[in-house]
Amino acid sequence: MQSIYLTIALAPLVGALPAGLFGRAIGRVGAHTVTIAAVAISCGLSMYVLYKLVFEGMAPYDGPVYTWLLSDGVRIEVGFLIDRLSAMMMTVVTFVSLMVHVYTIGYMEEDPGYQRFFSYIALFTFSMLMLVMSNNFMQLFFGWEGVGVVSYLLIGFWYTRPTATFAALKAFILNRVGDFGFILGIAAVLRYTGSLDYGTVFAHAGQIAAAQVRISSTVAWPAITFTCICLFVGAMGKSAQVPLHVWLPDSMEGPTPISALIHAATMVTAGIFMVARMSPLFELSETALSMVLIIGATTAFFMGLVGVVNNDIKRVIAYSTLSQLGYMTVALGASAYSAGIFHLMTHAFFKALLFLAAGSVIIGMHHEQDMRKMGGLRKYMPITYWTFLIGSLALIGFPGTAGFFSKDMLIDAVHESHRFGSGYAYFCVLSGVFITALYTFRAFFMTFHGEYRSGQGAHEAKGHDAHGHDAHDAAAHSGGDGHEDHGHGGVPKESPAVVWVPLVLLAIPSAVVGWFTVQPLLFGGYFGSAIRVLPAHDVLARVGEEFHGPGAFVISALTSVPLWLALSGVFFAWLFFLKKPALADSAERSFKWLHTILINKYGFDWFNEHVIAAFARTLGAGLWKGGDEMLIDGAAVNGSARLVGWFSSVMRYAQSGYLYHYAFAMILGLASLLLWLIWRP
Amino acid sequence: MITLTHVLALSGILFAIAVAGVFLNRKNVIVLLMCIELMLLAVNFNFVAFSRFNGDLGGQIFVFFILTVAAAEAAIGLAILVVLFRERRSIDVEDLDTLQG
Repeated sequence: MQSIYLTIALAPLVGALPAGLFGRAIGRVGAHTVTIAAVAISCGLSMYVLYKLVFEGMAPYDGPVYTWLLSDGVRIEVGFLIDRLSAMMMTVVTFVSLMVHVYTIGYMEEDPGYQRFFSYIALFTFSMLMLVMSNNFMQLFFGWEGVGVVSYLLIGFWYTRPTATFAALKAFILNRVGDFGFILGIAAVLRYTGSLDYGTVFAHAGQIAAAQVRISSTVAWPAITFTCICLFVGAMGKSAQVPLHVWLPDSMEGPTPISALIHAATMVTAGIFMVARMSPLFELSETALSMVLIIGATTAFFMGLVGVVNNDIKRVIAYSTLSQLGYMTVALGASAYSAGIFHLMTHAFFKALLFLAAGSVIIGMHHEQDMRKMGGLRKYMPITYWTFLIGSLALIGFPGTAGFFSKDMLIDAVHESHRFGSGYAYFCVLSGVFITALYTFRAFFMTFHGEYRSGQGAHEAKGHDAHGHDAHDAAAHSGGDGHEDHGHGGVPKESPAVVWVPLVLLAIPSAVVGWFTVQPLLFGGYFGSAIRVLPAHDVLARVGEEFHGPGAFVISALTSVPLWLALSGVFFAWLFFLKKPALADSAERSFKWLHTILINKYGFDWFNEHVIAAFARTLGAGLWKGGDEMLIDGAAVNGSARLVGWFSSVMRYAQSGYLYHYAFAMILGLASLLLWLIWRP
Repeated sequence: MITLTHVLALSGILFAIAVAGVFLNRKNVIVLLMCIELMLLAVNFNFVAFSRFNGDLGGQIFVFFILTVAAAEAAIGLAILVVLFRERRSIDVEDLDTLQG
């Protein structure tokens, strides 16, 4: 089996290399063939491994493949831990990745960076697989950084757009902040257990729990809380939790397939996966879990609200991703790790679907992303319409869809929790349901229903400046001659098969995967020893007492609060944005202050830009002017050169070039030598 | 009675004149050459004087050699001077400051 695991991890890397290094030689078809074949191999083998683990009862595999380095008793290895948790992640990652690969053929058709793009996403798949398959912290960190780098490369994929490079830098720098915490956490783990191997660390979790960290001479913290909070800071960066979330909405500058794969389905869930994997550690620290709970709840509710006021279709879905990541984090904080992972899985399917469907709309609209210019697309793009509808229903938790099972279970689990902050979290996730339905169906109605607002007549009147800069940049970038030929006037038409087939393939699990996974995943002990929950914290067991199969759960949901909140959200979306748009305008006017706050995204960006970045820039400028230019360049480098120059300029007066001066010096020397000979002591 | 001291004093005076000539002269390279010759003659004078007062002929023989070498040297010096003049159109010592730092 070891060779199978190696193949799963390495196939995407093998696919990425020719596409990246010899992209020009193998051409477009060559590049997408080799990468898709590689990812398909990974996907098939992952499914096989999952099948073996779940249906044939194969024992989890935990073993090293290669010793990376051995230093002072610390052994760092490349190794795999394949249990049901990682097998599920592998399957989700490779499946979504495969869909996105296929979809990209259609989406990036006109782009000059076609081969580069395929190389990046295959490389991403490799890094992500290394992350989820790892059996030690160092390899986890390697994968963690690998996906971070590819995310940076892909956000800045259209590097001629200043906004894209800015967003890429922002994502990279904010992730560094998180990674700083993460590596501190890893260091703490190494400090207290002397090992980086999951198995050893979890077996010695008690050692960390017994230790204290001296913060100052009088303050000491339990080491386990310190470690878990540090690890969670890493998760906050990667999974975009408040206040390290600001990079995720901006990452929508990248091409849409990437938004689906990296910034919705897989990479951003790495933090959730990591915390679930570390459950034996987190379980021991009540404080850290409360922090996880509160931060997740804040993200879930407040980021959802921002989604309501955005007009860029991709940004709405991005804020929805933030909010859903908050839900998962809340589940982790409530010790319902399985519910968090379950929501991660369903979310991967339906959010990738929503993003890809949005991408299909964007293709249809000729790279227009502003929903105010869409509308009525239902009749032009029927397949996109229906798949987007399925994705939206799954997102709001409509009974029977995948999102319904995961989200309602999650909310129930939070309800059962009695941890500090769980009341606040319950309020946030419950009202979040309404907000989710509101922004999702606002986007849905604005895009697919009503009148087509960018029609023939409107097109003539529409000034060039009305394009909105995103679309304009995209047009300028793709610069393809073909692109201009489309013009903006033509009515949108359905996207090609390579685009809609992945949509359909993703819509199927979005709709049905919940039915047959909810029971084993949450209550059937699917994860086995991969996730450890202390009996006192086991909220899911309490939820499970009232769970009598998915069918009964659907029926009982008809009378539950979340469903009616979701439906009222849909109703309000319909009323405000389709039936009576005037109402939305008047609401916007009467809640001007709220609207301003939301449009400004609570001022996080302002704060980062004007306080943290300004401080860093001032510090940098000070060090540059004072430290580098004055001290190093001025005093050390140029200073020593000037000193030599000054000395030489004095010395050259002695070198007049006149023979008689030299002769005089010789005579003086001779005379003084003679004098010394005569009067020497 | 002329003693060794008188002769040595004369030789010293000659040498001093030559040295003064080397670094007081600002105009003419030929004068420089002449000063160098004068220095050599002053040294020769010492040789002859010591030879005479010590009764050793070797010193006077040496003087013949030195005069010969001095003649060859003067010839080379003058040749260089001619070339220098062709090159620079001047034999002013003031103009010859190419070695200036």
